[in-house]
Amino acid sequence: MIALPALDRPTALALYREMLLIRRFEERCIELYGAGKIRGFMHLYDGEEAVAVGVMRALEHHDAVVATYREHGQALARGLPPGEVMAELFGKREGSSGGRGGSMHVFDAQRRFYGGNAIVGGGIPIAVGLALADQMLGRPSVTACFFGEGAVAEGEFHESLNLASLWRLPVVFVCENNRWAMGSALDIDEAETDVATKARGYRMAAERVDGMDVVAVAEAAQRAVAIARKGAPCLLEMHTCRFRAHSMFDAQGYRDKAEVERWRERDPLLVLARAGKSHGLFDDDALHAAEQHVRGVIDDAVAFAERGTWEPVEELERHVTAPRPDRRRA
Amino acid sequence: MTISYRECCKLALRQCLDQDPRAFLMGEDVAAYGGCYAVSKGLLDVYGPERIRDTPLSESGFVGVGIGAAINGLRPIVEVMTCNFSLLALDQIINNAATLRHMSGGQLAVPVIIRMATGAGRQLAAQHSHSFEGWYAHIPGLRILAPATLEDARFMLPAALAEQDPVLIFEHIFLYNQEGELDAKVSSVDLERAAVRRRGTQLSMISYGANVQKCLAAAEVLAADGIEAEVIDLRVLRPLDDATLVDTVRRTHRALVVDEGWRSGGLSAELMARVCELCFDQLDAPPARVCTAEVPIPYPKHLEDAALPQPASIVAAARRVCGRG
Repeated sequence: MIALPALDRPTALALYREMLLIRRFEERCIELYGAGKIRGFMHLYDGEEAVAVGVMRALEHHDAVVATYREHGQALARGLPPGEVMAELFGKREGSSGGRGGSMHVFDAQRRFYGGNAIVGGGIPIAVGLALADQMLGRPSVTACFFGEGAVAEGEFHESLNLASLWRLPVVFVCENNRWAMGSALDIDEAETDVATKARGYRMAAERVDGMDVVAVAEAAQRAVAIARKGAPCLLEMHTCRFRAHSMFDAQGYRDKAEVERWRERDPLLVLARAGKSHGLFDDDALHAAEQHVRGVIDDAVAFAERGTWEPVEELERHVTAPRPDRRRA
Repeated sequence: MTISYRECCKLALRQCLDQDPRAFLMGEDVAAYGGCYAVSKGLLDVYGPERIRDTPLSESGFVGVGIGAAINGLRPIVEVMTCNFSLLALDQIINNAATLRHMSGGQLAVPVIIRMATGAGRQLAAQHSHSFEGWYAHIPGLRILAPATLEDARFMLPAALAEQDPVLIFEHIFLYNQEGELDAKVSSVDLERAAVRRRGTQLSMISYGANVQKCLAAAEVLAADGIEAEVIDLRVLRPLDDATLVDTVRRTHRALVVDEGWRSGGLSAELMARVCELCFDQLDAPPARVCTAEVPIPYPKHLEDAALPQPASIVAAARRVCGRG
């Protein structure tokens, strides 16, 4: 049972609603995928909601976020309008990335949400570069960089941690350790399976966190952001579980169903609901109201996406290079 | 007063650093060592370690950092020692630098400049001598530059600093020691057009980088033989300047492409295709090309020389195109 010392009712309910929005949003995505409204690769965050919601709680609006191809949760938790995210999944012009990116490439420059990066590990150097610019320009911002435990096998992870530590850059590396890099378990891929230990090898603070407990995540993220704000990177290893397949094309022959069922007992929504109820922060009516609220938001998001428009084919070659009105296009 | 190509590159860097406080140089051994090819020698003392920034041997890491910094308001100039090492950063250059503007629906600009040495001719063997600019020229979203002259070495980089997109600059290793007079009338260059380096009427030689000089040398030999060749320096390998290609071939009716890349699937193939697509009716003979032999660059000088385009092989190919073989 998690402790909720500093949580008040509005905060607890907000955390619950934010996680529920992600859960129900993606359940709707599955239906829409089946209906052919969403295509391509789609990776769901089901089970990992506490990580994105808890980390975003610790960030300011001027901070930056870099995420992976499994980023619907981060996008929604960061406050991207659900309608724009859904329209992006539809490929509509009104989507977060104008429809050009789809599920794996949700961007929102205004909210400093830098993707939506679908090369494992490829977003990590970008996050370090964002932080370098903030440092050199004297801004107070930190960059939160999400990646899975599969990314720690990539050279870019190691190169980036070294650079961030060497140059004392304000990056919070958030490793979402769900133990399955697509179908490969962490101990099949890695000689050292403790990600936090790897980070400490680069002389940065690192912490293992119960990623199913949104309060624990938020508290750890606050500590990490405070470290980064003072000008040093750190890493949070979030232990979590993706309840569903890697993507929509994954039969999950590699893992035991019982494993997921055990983790489902620690579903981040259940964990917070139980704790909140036991502390008298909310009752079933409040949870029911949250369901109603979230359903309305998602209905609106889907309607927004349905109403959205297709970018004219004549615009196909836009956004490749900056417009050169008086010159030839690249 | 004579000046070297290397010195021109350094002056270009200084102009960027002086005129734009957002600009900084980053790369392996650019600071304390002064740059693998000594381009940045002395700049650490002038600009300090923040703006002349040594990096670890992490090509993918520091190129990606440059991309992230460019997105976030800086103007990084990233030096990769040679284009051979840039293969370690291909993911960042192609999957990120070239795509982020597009994937984000035009929200992000990536004004990063990546300089690298290219080319053979110094007996550096098969991992330090290759020419990969043609590969990069395949990629939408990138602007690819190949300064062949002192003026371009001096002024292409500052021009690139004004771009809103990633620019890759390929400096041929054979050029760094070249010396000459910098044209005092030139104070800026465009990043759009190819240049005619020699006027001619009977054949268009189309090349770029260090091979422009080989073409000019070949053109002198041909002139003595009564063949007046025009020499085109592409300067910008992406986007290619079709207008200049069309203009020259329409006047000479014969084309010879000279490229230090390999023939198969290379930039020369693209140039041949464009000449045929755009000027087929104008051609008096099949266009031809001189490329590097399809072999990793060998170490011994006689074999390296034999692998590369040379004035003699360019002259021989030119004669054939002109029906004088």
